[in-house]
Amino acid sequence: MSITPFNIPIVPKLKKETIYSLARKGSRIDKRKLDQFREIKITLGAAGKAHGSALVELGHTKVLAGVKIEPGRPFSDMPDQGVLNVSAEFLPIASSEFEPGPPDENAIEVARVVDRALRESQAIDLGKLAIIPGEKVWVVWVDINVLDHDGNLFDASMLAAMAALLDAKIPQHEILEDGSVRIIGPPIEPLPVKKRVVSVTIGALGNVFLVDPSLEEEAVLDTRIMFSFDEEGNLVGMQKTGAGWLDWDKVAIAFNIARNKYTVPLRALQGAFKS
Amino acid sequence: MNVASEKRGFALPGDPIASNVNVDPRSYLYVYKIDNTIYAAVPCMYEITNNVLKVIPLEGVYVPKPGDVVIGLVINFVITHWQVDINSPYIGILHASNVLGRPYNPAKDELKDYLEIGDYIIARIENFDRTRDPVLDIRGKDMGRITEGKIIEIKPSRVPKVIGKKKSMLNIIKNDTNCDIVVGANGRIWVKCPNKDLEDIVALAIKLIEKEAFLPGLTEKVRTLIANEKHERGLL
Amino acid sequence: MSGKKPPFPLLKDGKRHDGRGPMDLRPIQMKVGILHNADGSAWVKMGRTEVIAAAYGPREPPMKAMILPDRAVIRFRYHMAPFSTDERKSPAPSRREIELSKVIREALEATILTHLFPRTVIDVFAEVIQADGGTRTAAITAASLALADAGIPMKGLIAGVAVGKVEGQLVLDIDQVEDEYGEADMPVAAIVGLRKIVLLQLNGVLKPDEFLKALSMAWEGLKRIYELERSVLGSKYKGV
Repeated sequence: MSITPFNIPIVPKLKKETIYSLARKGSRIDKRKLDQFREIKITLGAAGKAHGSALVELGHTKVLAGVKIEPGRPFSDMPDQGVLNVSAEFLPIASSEFEPGPPDENAIEVARVVDRALRESQAIDLGKLAIIPGEKVWVVWVDINVLDHDGNLFDASMLAAMAALLDAKIPQHEILEDGSVRIIGPPIEPLPVKKRVVSVTIGALGNVFLVDPSLEEEAVLDTRIMFSFDEEGNLVGMQKTGAGWLDWDKVAIAFNIARNKYTVPLRALQGAFKS
Repeated sequence: MNVASEKRGFALPGDPIASNVNVDPRSYLYVYKIDNTIYAAVPCMYEITNNVLKVIPLEGVYVPKPGDVVIGLVINFVITHWQVDINSPYIGILHASNVLGRPYNPAKDELKDYLEIGDYIIARIENFDRTRDPVLDIRGKDMGRITEGKIIEIKPSRVPKVIGKKKSMLNIIKNDTNCDIVVGANGRIWVKCPNKDLEDIVALAIKLIEKEAFLPGLTEKVRTLIANEKHERGLL
Repeated sequence: MSGKKPPFPLLKDGKRHDGRGPMDLRPIQMKVGILHNADGSAWVKMGRTEVIAAAYGPREPPMKAMILPDRAVIRFRYHMAPFSTDERKSPAPSRREIELSKVIREALEATILTHLFPRTVIDVFAEVIQADGGTRTAAITAASLALADAGIPMKGLIAGVAVGKVEGQLVLDIDQVEDEYGEADMPVAAIVGLRKIVLLQLNGVLKPDEFLKALSMAWEGLKRIYELERSVLGSKYKGV
């Protein structure tokens, strides 16, 4: 069951009005342009024991994603395909609003939205992850941990998951006679990633749209839409999130803004793997 | 949309009703406004007279209004007052002083001596503004604890149909059955009849009105039902 | 969108596997006031997908902590009956049900006039009786009808429909087979009378021009569903 959040902090009216009036003039509380992302920083290999990991900083938002690759059983209807699993946890260290405990609806939503974008774009070549077809395949676990929440957890989580997957390597292994898989050395073979997927979240505020809303902005937005793109700019996922509505005729405008901006996180991703 | 010529009608949630009209203060719970246009928020009948829009909701919970007579169920007592379920999103408050008719003295007065949990009462809404719970009063003629008869519950939105235009429906039921009936604005109806059979017939008639409130020929159906039931029970 | 090959062609001579054209909705049936206890209720059937929704309230919150001083709290649950699917579904809430409960609750927040009933709770529950694709959009349509039936004040009726892509072509109101073997599923819900989108998701891949076309196809479907909602609700009040 989903319940209207009833213990969220009150947003001071003064702050609301400031964000509104700035937006109408085409500017924002942190001096950004309406369609400007915050600074993106990607640190690869941020978690040593993971088979791939990335720490993404989007302004003050920090998300750490780790990938673990383990031998496991395939799904019966996809016997020759590896398995992709995405989870997200909003850690209590990240915000005074987050409680310890199993993932709530917000964390589940982020995980599922990231999962769908990766799956539908076929970002990972799951067909190359069979070890013994029908018996043993690689199970790719992507765990997204939110460390610091300053808004737009969708884009930060998408980027962290994608970067961690690009960073991920399959453990050296051998197949024993009894059909079991033994890990014999550190991971070296890169995970077969076919596509790079990134997302752009647009916040709607009256008649204006804000790219990459911060936490302060999220609190006053009418609603948000997250668009996911592959490298060619195809739409590979979308999610309206947050209460409120959006004018039917403005969805296309929001989409076009997002489509013009998806290269920003994409370039950040490419930059991280160049150096 | 300008509907100055259109004086009354039926609307569903989201239907524009009129532009540039004033909304009757009792109707604002059933409409909303975008720019200068008033839209319906619930299935409703509306009427515009002298540029004032009045809305009669066809569905919905009972929202207390000062002056309304309601039938409440005592559910709790807390030091100085009773809490009363009035079939509304908000619990009714009945202060001891509004029962005793004099200041309440906790040292001498025992609330239990006057009203107990589980008692039905006929009460009047003294005041209410949705930020605080509605305050009730049971002083006055035909008010207070109910000790006999039967309570029938219907949807509060059907209450106007049970009463009818100029009490026409209520008078039919009363005259045809010789029962005393108090219709609470909150959808609870108190009935006291000469005998148990008549009580049951009134209940059937009221339930019929609730069920078929918005279908044609209601008055005739109620008359027929009462006559048939009386005949079958040998009361004619 | 499993990437699997369909067992039969999903599109042949411009017709879909069930004989529909690309812009055809499945046969739709709706009823309101089907439950005795709920303040409002509705039943929606789209093809073989079937959902019952009930609305309660505004009412006293079940816990004192669960209140907001200036508006009503909304609770919504999307839930599938264990027998609604081909293989039995565990009655425990799945991640999918938790996500859908959230996005539909947020859609309802956009239409319900919560500020009229501070310190109360409004409950809406949708139970999927039979799942054959488009259950979330049928659920939101049913929820909207149940709210209207309960007389809970709202800005307008919501209608929901999904646009999909099968064998490279966009089609309206996909069923389970088209969802499973198709290339995209885009559920949309809107307050049709006010032209406001309240739910929008995409599972699958669309080129930019396809996305814009899918949106306009969805609108055509939503308008037809909205008219049906109006006529079903209106028929309840024939005598007024």
